[in-house]
Amino acid sequence: MEPLERIIGEHPFFVGLADDFLSLMVSCAANVRFKPGTYILKEGDAADTFYLIREGKVALELFAPQHKPIIVSTIGIGEILGWSWLLEPYRWKFNARAVDDVRAIALDGKCLRNKCEENHDLGYEVLKRFAGIMEQRLDATRLQLLDLYAVGR
Amino acid sequence: MATSGTIDPMLPQPYLVREVFKETPDTFTLRLDPENAVNETVFRPGQFSMLWVFGVGEMPISISGDPALHNRLVYTVRSVGQATHSLVNQRVGNGVGVRGPFGTGWPVEAARGRDVIVVAGGIGLAPLRPVIYQVLQNRKDYGRLVILYGGRSPRDLLYRKELAKWARNSETQVLVTVDYGGQSWRGHVGVVTTLFKYSRLHPARSVAMVCGPEIMMRFVIRELEAMGLSRDDIYLSIERNMNCAVGFCGHCQYGPHFICKDGPVFRYEQVRALLEKYEL
Repeated sequence: MEPLERIIGEHPFFVGLADDFLSLMVSCAANVRFKPGTYILKEGDAADTFYLIREGKVALELFAPQHKPIIVSTIGIGEILGWSWLLEPYRWKFNARAVDDVRAIALDGKCLRNKCEENHDLGYEVLKRFAGIMEQRLDATRLQLLDLYAVGR
Repeated sequence: MATSGTIDPMLPQPYLVREVFKETPDTFTLRLDPENAVNETVFRPGQFSMLWVFGVGEMPISISGDPALHNRLVYTVRSVGQATHSLVNQRVGNGVGVRGPFGTGWPVEAARGRDVIVVAGGIGLAPLRPVIYQVLQNRKDYGRLVILYGGRSPRDLLYRKELAKWARNSETQVLVTVDYGGQSWRGHVGVVTTLFKYSRLHPARSVAMVCGPEIMMRFVIRELEAMGLSRDDIYLSIERNMNCAVGFCGHCQYGPHFICKDGPVFRYEQVRALLEKYEL
């Protein structure tokens, strides 16, 4: 088994995925590295890739005119970065900046998107898994919005 | 009541402010020593005292110091009202009345031999700090110690130097996150529940101790249960308006419990149904 295949196959996001789907994922994958401060994604750019973070931390930032970028959340080891490649208009809605040395596996979202259109079983598996991540992030965002530690809470 | 001799629990004992340390812009840690040497105070992690600022009022404050250090009471207080504002503005040498310690404690002794998960939000780290001291002082008696701590922003984090120090201990994992991180913050940004996926836990042999806003605790419990922790191994500290601190006045009644006497630390299973009641 190729190391990349092992890494992807053992990742919780891909656990239980059929072997042929897994092989397809591996064929779309490549190891990448980002130095601290590097922008991995830029708001408005075409969203054609997503990342499985293996090491380091990534800050999701929102650009605000006349302000420093606002960090909305961080994404760390074992997490998936980016789902805009899956949904129209396939543009990033946030910036993603490497906080420290980041090692990741980049997956070709554009390629996978086309495969999902061709094979709806694969498409359903992918969407189901991303929906789980979206739900977790939505829950966390709602909790964050409550500003629980503010005075008077 | 764990003071030496027989002392009326309604009678404040005289203590002197020995140190006031600013933790964050609105939160201070005070060290109090007994004015009379006979008032040796022993407490269990998780217990609280009633602190009386003369001429202002009395307030329940969790003990945040080291339980191994007798004759010294440490409290971390957030200045949110008249009484707490007055307390944190006490000068060294001023007198403060102390009743207690009161209430149940965290099950630190019962947790020997097991992994300990401490989950704190905001000032909720203060009542849990004695747990951390006790586990670290008896490191071989416990398995892994995992501390998950969430704050509002980097400047609102308590005990930052100690957090870094605790993380250097063997078999100890400290993960800190903030809801709002500035550009200079290099740590995690997100609520405390987002830290669970980075924690190295063995749910079957773990005991979790959780303190923070109740909404936060509800979400934390979901995470702990999803990881496989038994409800009997999850403990919470519940906060209500405590007044007499000995279960007489009823101000802190919480269903069939008086928080001052039966709590503030409860096993989750004891209060699970109450946490879901809108009226409480």
